[in-house]
Amino acid sequence: MRKMFSAIGITMMLLCSASAALAAAPIKIGALFSVTGPASFLGEPEKNTLELLVKETNARGGINGSKIELVVYDTGGDVTKAVQLANKLIKNDKVVAIVGPSTTGETMAVIPIVEKEQIPLVSCAAGIKITDPVKKWVFKTPANDHVAAEKILIQAEKQKQKNIAILTVTDSFGSSGREQLKLMAAKRGFKIVADEVYAPKDTDMTPQLTKIKAAKPDAIICWGTNPGPAIITRNMQQLGLKVQLYQSHGVASKKFIELATPEAAQGVMLPAGKLAVFDLLKKGDPQAKLLKDYNDSYKKAFGVEASTFGGYAYDGFQLVAAAIKKGATTPAKIRDMIEKNGRMIGVSGIFKMTPTDHNGLDLSAFEMVRIEKGDWAIVR
Amino acid sequence: MELFQQITQFVISGLATGAIYALIGLSFAIIFNSTGIINFAQGEFVMLGGVMTIFSLNVLHLPLIAAIAVAVAATTVVGVVFERLAIRPLKNATPLALIIITIGASILIRGVVMLVWGKDTQALPAFSGNDPISVVGATLLPQHLWIFGVTVLVIVGCRLFFHHTISGKAMRACSFNRRAANLVGISVGRMVLFSFVISAAVGSLAGVIIAPLTMTAYDVGVMLGLKGFCAAIMGGMGSGLGTVLGGLILGTLESLGAGLISSGYKDAIAFFILLLILFIRPQGLFKKGETERV
Repeated sequence: MRKMFSAIGITMMLLCSASAALAAAPIKIGALFSVTGPASFLGEPEKNTLELLVKETNARGGINGSKIELVVYDTGGDVTKAVQLANKLIKNDKVVAIVGPSTTGETMAVIPIVEKEQIPLVSCAAGIKITDPVKKWVFKTPANDHVAAEKILIQAEKQKQKNIAILTVTDSFGSSGREQLKLMAAKRGFKIVADEVYAPKDTDMTPQLTKIKAAKPDAIICWGTNPGPAIITRNMQQLGLKVQLYQSHGVASKKFIELATPEAAQGVMLPAGKLAVFDLLKKGDPQAKLLKDYNDSYKKAFGVEASTFGGYAYDGFQLVAAAIKKGATTPAKIRDMIEKNGRMIGVSGIFKMTPTDHNGLDLSAFEMVRIEKGDWAIVR
Repeated sequence: MELFQQITQFVISGLATGAIYALIGLSFAIIFNSTGIINFAQGEFVMLGGVMTIFSLNVLHLPLIAAIAVAVAATTVVGVVFERLAIRPLKNATPLALIIITIGASILIRGVVMLVWGKDTQALPAFSGNDPISVVGATLLPQHLWIFGVTVLVIVGCRLFFHHTISGKAMRACSFNRRAANLVGISVGRMVLFSFVISAAVGSLAGVIIAPLTMTAYDVGVMLGLKGFCAAIMGGMGSGLGTVLGGLILGTLESLGAGLISSGYKDAIAFFILLLILFIRPQGLFKKGETERV
């Protein structure tokens, strides 16, 4: 008899707790970032940003009264692990949307799963393949590489530089940049007089630059992430090569100027996400306030400046959050809402998702900047 | 004329990179010479030298010379601890087991440095400015002269130590025949420890002097270690001068390959030549074949 009572008691308790949970049903969002491994410079700020945003949102009482529950997994930059963890997020954790992964390779591997399981994915990787052609359930927040490439070439056009040399890193970022640069350059009538590459861990690029020097280009475009581009900038100073150097958005942080030294980096131009130069933006720039707030709260929480990469996760969360705020709670409704959300101000730019454009950014996502005395100056 | 000038630049750039490989190769050879094992954590000693100098400079605010001394001393301590905890306790381990242990140690050191100092790349200021020096139409930096200078000093120092001091000779004796060395009263264990001390010091010194040029981060040791290993193999692992020549040849070939053939195949060219050497002269370019006496 006593056993029966206790059984009833437990059942009652379970029922009560279940109904309590129903009252404020939390919304589960999943995230896949390469927090460790070779792409950790992407994954770490992304994870930090997302956790910060969820904490802030929940402190304000959640979205429409529901708390957000975040499940973050570290893929270590491993494609196989990314696939397993995506399955885990969907099947075990039953998330309504996924932010990430950090790299293009991982994203491409996860796409078939989210397409099959019908879960919206907002990738934080830049590869153009992710949203071109458009996939029903897949969005991404970083601007396409070709937008940055186009921005550089437009600037070169303005300065009447016809013959260009390109020097790109042999990883996926560099080869995508190389492809886009060659494509765009051909379209815009540039002549590529030298096409050189370097490996990510190379320590001296004077041979490549000596070869480029002999080809007499009007400008050199370098495409890579630190430390390669910084070494190249220094090598050019060593060789006395006084040609306009363009860097990619991959080095749009103060770290680059520090590594390359302000003297060597003097006059280098690059397309930068607005976060790097938020304090230099024109008055009334629609992104200025958001960028400042993001940078301030990130700095307060983690002690370092916010990075463009963290911004990708910021935008990813905002896209999902905006959809939930408009009443979408199921994966299918969230997907539709992201697509119909209209204009949204983010860190990477001003998004305007449409059924034919799942990135939603254009040339205005970048500002062309020049390095002057160790600081950024916007080229107008 | 222009081609000549280009080639001069390729050769000079190559020699400068090669000197770095040579220095790292030397530190490989030192441990191999007295223990017969290849220490794959050598690249990590190089990394530690750079990272710790930057730490002493920026966080402890020491002057450059003191920072370098602290970094080299600290790396040497790491070398000693590594030998005591990971190599010494294994009395009769095969060389293969020891080599695998060194790989494990390299992963451990890299991981700890990543956790303690973060993943960012850091640069050390150049020792004597960044004004390029012009040599027969090619340019190099004052830092390159530092690298050449330190390499020469280390070679001369090693030569003197290994051929003209009792400890050096004892260490060489251990490499030829451990048991015989033991029988004539040489403490093999102490010599092994010595070799780790010298090797860690040389490796970290290499890391310090290249940090202004190549910059440093927790993961620079892998590639540098591999290139240094190539240099040591080309020189036949034993001979000091051979290793240095191996490093210089490797650097020059890389640079000429990148400049004259294709920058995409730069590493492929270097490693192809390494394979070729291993096939044709497995004992190294500059070593006479050894005869086993029975």
